[in-house]
Amino acid sequence: MVEVPPLLELKSLVVAYGGVEAVRGLSLSVAAGELVTILGANGAGKSTTLMAISGLVRPSGGEIYFKGQRIDVLRSHEVVKLGVIQSPEGRRVFGPMTVEENLKLGAFTRPGQNLELDLRRVYELFPRLFERKKQMAGTLSGGEQQMLAIGRALMAQPKLLLLDEPSLGLAPLLVKSIFQTIKNINQSGVTIILVEQNAQAALKLADRGYVLDVGNLVLADRAERLLNNPQVRDAYLGAR
Amino acid sequence: MAHFVEQIIFGLTVGSVYALIALGYTMVYGVMKLINFAHGELFALGAFVGYIFLVTLNWGGLLGPALAIGCVAIIVCVATALAGHALERVAYRPLRHSDRLAAVVSALGASIFLQNVIMVVWGAQYRAFNASLLPTIVWRVAGQSVPLIRVFVFLTAVVTMAGLYLFINRTRFGLAIRAAAIDQGAAKLMGVDVRKVIAVVFLIGPALGGLAGLLVGIYYGQINFNMGQMYGLKAFTAAVIGGIGNIGGAMIGGLLLGLLETLGDAYISGAWKDALAFVALILILVFRPTGILPERVAEKL
Repeated sequence: MVEVPPLLELKSLVVAYGGVEAVRGLSLSVAAGELVTILGANGAGKSTTLMAISGLVRPSGGEIYFKGQRIDVLRSHEVVKLGVIQSPEGRRVFGPMTVEENLKLGAFTRPGQNLELDLRRVYELFPRLFERKKQMAGTLSGGEQQMLAIGRALMAQPKLLLLDEPSLGLAPLLVKSIFQTIKNINQSGVTIILVEQNAQAALKLADRGYVLDVGNLVLADRAERLLNNPQVRDAYLGAR
Repeated sequence: MAHFVEQIIFGLTVGSVYALIALGYTMVYGVMKLINFAHGELFALGAFVGYIFLVTLNWGGLLGPALAIGCVAIIVCVATALAGHALERVAYRPLRHSDRLAAVVSALGASIFLQNVIMVVWGAQYRAFNASLLPTIVWRVAGQSVPLIRVFVFLTAVVTMAGLYLFINRTRFGLAIRAAAIDQGAAKLMGVDVRKVIAVVFLIGPALGGLAGLLVGIYYGQINFNMGQMYGLKAFTAAVIGGIGNIGGAMIGGLLLGLLETLGDAYISGAWKDALAFVALILILVFRPTGILPERVAEKL
């Protein structure tokens, strides 16, 4: 069998804020088409890892490769141009802009292309956004803002989609539907890294999972095995 | 009240100049959260670059007023844009990761430096613009006099601002500027090159300020090395009145401040003109620090 390089590869990634290392030598890889989840408590380094992949924080050590190309030396907009798209924690929609302007910003790296088809696709996925397309994004509910954040990321036609805490602060019913949508997006061919505190739901969805603890990788396995792993159950799934 | 309409026209003329300068403050603040205290000096620089071409080289006499002013306006915009770009490179970019106070001190230093450069080059005395650059036409409209030069200054400023408004609200790059002003990090995640946005903002803002300097030179007929101080302060006031960071606010704030000053001058006392402007600044800062425009919707959940 020919060795295909993984879509994304982190080699001993170290990210430090001031003198404190938030990520301490993390290595992981994601193959094309996978849905991989990164789990861990608050401060485990999950979001920091995504920010390093997106080029918003500079790693102080290690390397990041996307399709074999080293990307930790690139600036954030160059990483985005390669198709590594992040929907950040807290959604970060542009509040004083309309829903549609937010979506168009999502496609910022694709100038001159006809966006109608992509807009229609996002509106089909999230009909609520269509109803509110002229509304200011800041006036949307939390769930609608999450839909917008994901829809905005999809407008970039991601090759690798980084989702940071998409279920945070949402009603349980909405969480379920957002997770179903994430599954559908993955099945349409988009590789996804899902960072979640809702470990159970994330593991049910994912192919594989990594578990971080204060910047260190503590476990890496297939999702169904992590679900049954007593260590994971105790620490993250709330089982007694 | 016979001259009320004339006062309004005068106020709008002055106000449109304030608005042009205020746009430079507000755009830079919007994207960088930095008050560019050297902006008033870029405005003065615009006046002096205009002086080189219109007076020293006498383009007004050689080319005729319309062509001369058109060409010089473009030269002034380019020159001040480049000066603004250099300012960003030298005074602000190296401090991007330092704390805010360092950038403020650097801005004040740049302001003093530029003011002194202008004084060394052109001297401390007032310099006169050619008085007869524009024909002194005064229209009579319904018993009120409407001088050509006021209409010219006002229209130049308004057309420029309309162009800027379209650029910000209708173009792809304008969208990027707005996004970077709302949330730089999120804008980066959209693929916006924020460094480039900042560079462009530092071209547009100074160009508008420089154009305002040229207009003031043509309008009042005389310029001085420290003219940027008072105009800078007034325009900053206008930007705060409209809501700093808000482009539409800077335009409205400028016009309002111009009207307030002129009407105060006419109906209260000329001596109180400047005081009125700063009383307005203080009142706004105390009672409505976000400016008079209705607040934009909450960005939170």
